[in-house]
Amino acid sequence: MSYKVLIVDDSKLARMGVTRALKQLHPDWESVEASNAEEALARVKESVPDFVLMDYNMPGKDGITLASELRALDARIGIAVISANQQIEVIQRARAAGAAFLPKPLTDAALADFFTATAASRSRPEK
Amino acid sequence: MSTSSLGLTELELDALGELVNLGVSNAALNFREMVKEEVALSVPEVSVVTPQEATRILGNQETKLLVAVQQYFEGDINGRALLIFPETKSLELVRAVVGGTPSLEEIIELEHEALAETGNVLLNACLGTIANNLQRNLKISLPEVIYGESGDFFNGTARDGPGDSVLFIYINFAVTCGDIQGYIAMLLDMPSLLALKQLIGAYIERFTGQPATAVPHAN
Repeated sequence: MSYKVLIVDDSKLARMGVTRALKQLHPDWESVEASNAEEALARVKESVPDFVLMDYNMPGKDGITLASELRALDARIGIAVISANQQIEVIQRARAAGAAFLPKPLTDAALADFFTATAASRSRPEK
Repeated sequence: MSTSSLGLTELELDALGELVNLGVSNAALNFREMVKEEVALSVPEVSVVTPQEATRILGNQETKLLVAVQQYFEGDINGRALLIFPETKSLELVRAVVGGTPSLEEIIELEHEALAETGNVLLNACLGTIANNLQRNLKISLPEVIYGESGDFFNGTARDGPGDSVLFIYINFAVTCGDIQGYIAMLLDMPSLLALKQLIGAYIERFTGQPATAVPHAN
């Protein structure tokens, strides 16, 4: 099954890195990009993606705030915050916002695990 | 492809920003262990400027008197890195690092050592991460604590090469108990800046899987 993934990062290079990892894992999945939180919200309102992968430390609204807002919009989107900032408080806030936390530099294995875990949680019957 | 100041392209500056972000995030993780509370980081702003411009930028801050921890590095890239913050925040930083409720006398006694150690941890984490990602090894000197105004830090020292550039990184390290703001600056000579440009090009290739020159224009 082909899914749609939204990649949000203010760095074009970082977006290219995530796109590359995604294409290696799932060449047939569709990816779209946004360079900040507002642009990401606009993209989601046009068409809801299956997954959103976002940077934490961005100018304007940060990734965790964006994750909370997306979670409020749609409970089914698989959301991951990707950050080099691995302080425990950041990881906890990301999880509290309903997002997975993936460390930067992003590895293919971490990304694959995130997709698998999200798919598994979706296949469980809703309470 | 567009070029920015001193010959780095927009994508190379973007890559440098990502490298610095990795380095500073690692530094913050270590710093968090020292101060036992979250260290808030601003989005790093990276620019390459002349020493005169760096002096002007730092000189425009509210506080003129600054303290810096400085370390030299050697390898494919040679230069020095500085962690700079307002001198008025120096004792706050020491208090945060030392922990507990030390007396003013104790803080003053520990100031030099605590600053050197903080700088050592932050700068090593930052430089080490950048060097690892560039797949190069850097030899890093012991830290020195220096006091002065911005010009004192960027005027050439005996070990600087002629025509040094400053890789200037603005970043806030905010710690709730002290509201401590810091800046990181790296001074590189022109041959090192050219070497850095090449290493960043190789990093972009590894990261994106395509030659840096083939990558479309950034943003």
